[in-house]
Amino acid sequence: MSHSTAEAPQGDLSALISEHSGGEGPLLPILHAIQAAYGHIPQAAIPVIADALNLTKAEVHGVVTFYHDFREKPAGRHVIKLCRAEACQSVGGAELGERVLARLGLDWGGTTANGAVTVEPVYCLGLCACGPAAMVDGKVVGRVDDARMAKILTEAGA
Amino acid sequence: MKIYIPRDAAAKALGADEVASAVATEAAKRGLDVQIIRNGTRGMIWLEPLVEVDDARGRHAFGPVAPADVPALLDGKLESLGAVEDIPFFARQTRLTFARCGLIDPLSLSDYEAHGGLAGLRRALGMAPGEIVAEVTASGLRGRGGAGFPTGIKWKTVAEATADRKYIVCNADEGDSGTFADRMIMEGDPFTLIEGMAIAGVGTGATKGYVYIRSEYPDAIAVMEAAIRIARVSGLLGASVLGSGHPFDMEVRVGAGAYVCGEETSLLNSLEGKRGIVRAKPPLPALEGLFGKPTVVNNVLSLATVPVIFEKGAAHYAGFGLGRSKGTMPIQIAGNVKHGGLFETAFGMPLSDLVIDIAGGTASGRPVKAVQVGGPLGAYIPVSQFDTPFGYEEFDQKGGLIGHAGIVVFDDTADMLKMARFAMAFCAVESCGKCTPCRIGSVRGVETIDRIAAGDPAATVILTDLCDTMRDGSLCALGGFTPFPVMSALRHFPDDFARRKEAAE
Ligand SMILES: Cc1cc2nc3c(=O)[nH]c(=O)nc-3n(C[C@H](O)[C@H](O)[C@H](O)COP(=O)(O)O)c2cc1C
Ligand code: SF4
Repeated sequence: MSHSTAEAPQGDLSALISEHSGGEGPLLPILHAIQAAYGHIPQAAIPVIADALNLTKAEVHGVVTFYHDFREKPAGRHVIKLCRAEACQSVGGAELGERVLARLGLDWGGTTANGAVTVEPVYCLGLCACGPAAMVDGKVVGRVDDARMAKILTEAGA
Repeated sequence: MKIYIPRDAAAKALGADEVASAVATEAAKRGLDVQIIRNGTRGMIWLEPLVEVDDARGRHAFGPVAPADVPALLDGKLESLGAVEDIPFFARQTRLTFARCGLIDPLSLSDYEAHGGLAGLRRALGMAPGEIVAEVTASGLRGRGGAGFPTGIKWKTVAEATADRKYIVCNADEGDSGTFADRMIMEGDPFTLIEGMAIAGVGTGATKGYVYIRSEYPDAIAVMEAAIRIARVSGLLGASVLGSGHPFDMEVRVGAGAYVCGEETSLLNSLEGKRGIVRAKPPLPALEGLFGKPTVVNNVLSLATVPVIFEKGAAHYAGFGLGRSKGTMPIQIAGNVKHGGLFETAFGMPLSDLVIDIAGGTASGRPVKAVQVGGPLGAYIPVSQFDTPFGYEEFDQKGGLIGHAGIVVFDDTADMLKMARFAMAFCAVESCGKCTPCRIGSVRGVETIDRIAAGDPAATVILTDLCDTMRDGSLCALGGFTPFPVMSALRHFPDDFARRKEAAE
C-alpha cells in the first residue's frame, strides 16, 4: 500500500468528491476515498469538501479529527497495525507491541526515520482466537511472534 | 473434486491464501480437475486453515494445513480429521444462525437457496407486516449487540411510526475484543444478513438499509459488497424484493476506527457524516433515527437470525434457551485458549463447560485465572463463578453482562490491575467526550490505578467512588459500564492490587 503522498491536484480532488457526494451522509465515504488516494487527508482538501457539502471548514475538520482512521499527515510506506485489545493481551500482545516499538525506537503512531514503517495501535481485528494479531498494509496476520514480526519488519524495510 | 479453503479473515491470517494458491499450482501440475471454493470458516480457529476435500466419499476435513502439506493432501496421504460434523467441538453445537457458515460458497446464491436460504423471506412475503413483527416477537429474539432488547418490540415501534422514509441500520461495528461472530457471518454467509434485513424492511415499511462495518474488517466489507451486488442483479434487492412489489435496497458504509460508533446513536451520527457523538435518548432511534426518520438499529447477529426464525417458525426458535434468554447464542471463545472459535449453542450452558470442556482450557497450559465476558465493558469472572449459566439475567445477577457473547480467557500470569488500568485507558481513548464522568473520570481512573500500583492505600476508595460516579453519571454504556471490568478485577483479585502495596512498603 505505497501511497502517493503528493498534494492533490484540485481537479482530481473535486472528481473524488463528486463521485461520492450523491449518496446520503457522504462525508465519511468522501474522506475514505481521499485517504485511499492520497494516504492522508491533505489540509487543502478541507475547504474543497466543505464547499462541496455546504459545511463549514470547522465542521469538516471536526469530523476528520474525531475518527482514529483519518491521518492529517502521510504515513510511512508500510503501515503495521498491532492489536492492543484484551484478547491479544491474553496471549502476550502487549509485550510484543512494546518490543516492536523499542526495536524501532518509536511511540505508537510513529514512523521510522527512513519513512518505511508506521506502527499504529488497533483495538481488535476480530482475530481474537488467533492472536496476537496484526494487519500489515491491509493484510491480516495471526499468531504473530517475534520471528514473524522480525520478518515483517525486514520485508517492510524498517 | 471440490476443495474448500476458507476466505475468512482468521483463516487468511493463518495462511489460507497461501494454501489456496499451493492447491491451485499442485492441481494444475498433476492435471487434476479441482474446483477451489473459498468458503467461510467452520469456526474452529485452532484448526485453520481447515481444508475440506469433497470427493466420491463425501466431505472430509484436514487441518491446520500448511502449503507444504498440499502435495500429501492431493496424494491422499494427509491424515484427515474426518467429517467436520463429527469433530466434538462442532458436534456439540446447535447451529441455527450459523447453519450455513463454512458449508456453502458465500457468494453463490444458488448454494444459499439449496441450503434453506430465502425460505424465510418467501414465507414473510406471504404475511402482513403486523404478522411479521409478531413472529419476531414470538421467537423471543433479543438484540445480540449487547443490550438484549427484544427485537420484535423495536420493530413494532418502527412499523407503527408514520413517515415518508424509514431505515434498517445494521450495526456491524463489532468493536468488542473477543468477538468475531459478525465478521464471520458476513464473510461466510452474507446473504443471511441481506435476507434478514429485507424481512425487517418489509415488516416495518423501511425501504433502505445500511450495513455499518468497521474499517478494521476489509475482508467482510468486500464480501458484503459483492453479495449486495449479486442480490441486486438477482432481484433479491431493489424496486421489488423477489417480485413482491416491496422495494428494499441496501449499501455498505465503512466506519473509521471509533469504538464508540458501535453505540447506536453515535453510529447514526457517523452515518450522517458527523462526529460520532452519542445522542441523548429520547427520542428513540426507532422514532427519530437516521436523518430524523424511524430507524431499526440491530446488530448483525440479530438480523442474521431472522431468516431461520421465519424458515423454521418462531416456536422452533423459542424452544431453545433458558428463561427469558431464548434461542441460541453464537458464543465466541477467544484469548488464551486451546480450542478457540465460534460455538453456537442454546442459552444456558455454564461457563465452565464452555471454557474447560469445550475450549480445553488455556493455550499456554497454565491454569485459567479469569475470563472477561462481553467485551471491554464486561466483567472479569473468576473461576469460582464458572457455574454461571450463559444467559442475560444470569450474568446480570453476577454483576456482569454477556454483551455480544465474547469470552476472553486469561491464564494465571494475567495481572488484573493492569487489565483494570487498560479498561480505564481504553475508555479515555474512545470516549466521545460528551459527558464529564466518562471523559475526565476515565483519565482520573488511570491515574488512580497508578497510585494503587505505587502503594497508596487510600486510592482504592477513590477508585470505587469514581466508578460509582461513572456508572451513575454517564450517558451511554462506555462510561457507564467501564466500572464493570475495573470493579470486578478489584473485587475478585484483590491480591493483584494489594501485592503492589506490600512491594512498595
Ligand atoms: C460503547 C458502545 C459500543 C457498542 N458497540 C456495539 C457494536 O459494536 N455492535 C453492536 O451491535 N452493538 C453495539 N452497541 C450496542 C448498540 O448501542 C445497540 O444496543 C445495538 O446495536 C442494538 O442492536 P440489537 O438490539 O440488535 O442488539 C454498543 C453500545 C455501546 C454503549
Ligand atoms: S459515556 Fe462517554 S462515550 Fe458515552 S456519551 Fe458520555 S462521554 Fe460519550
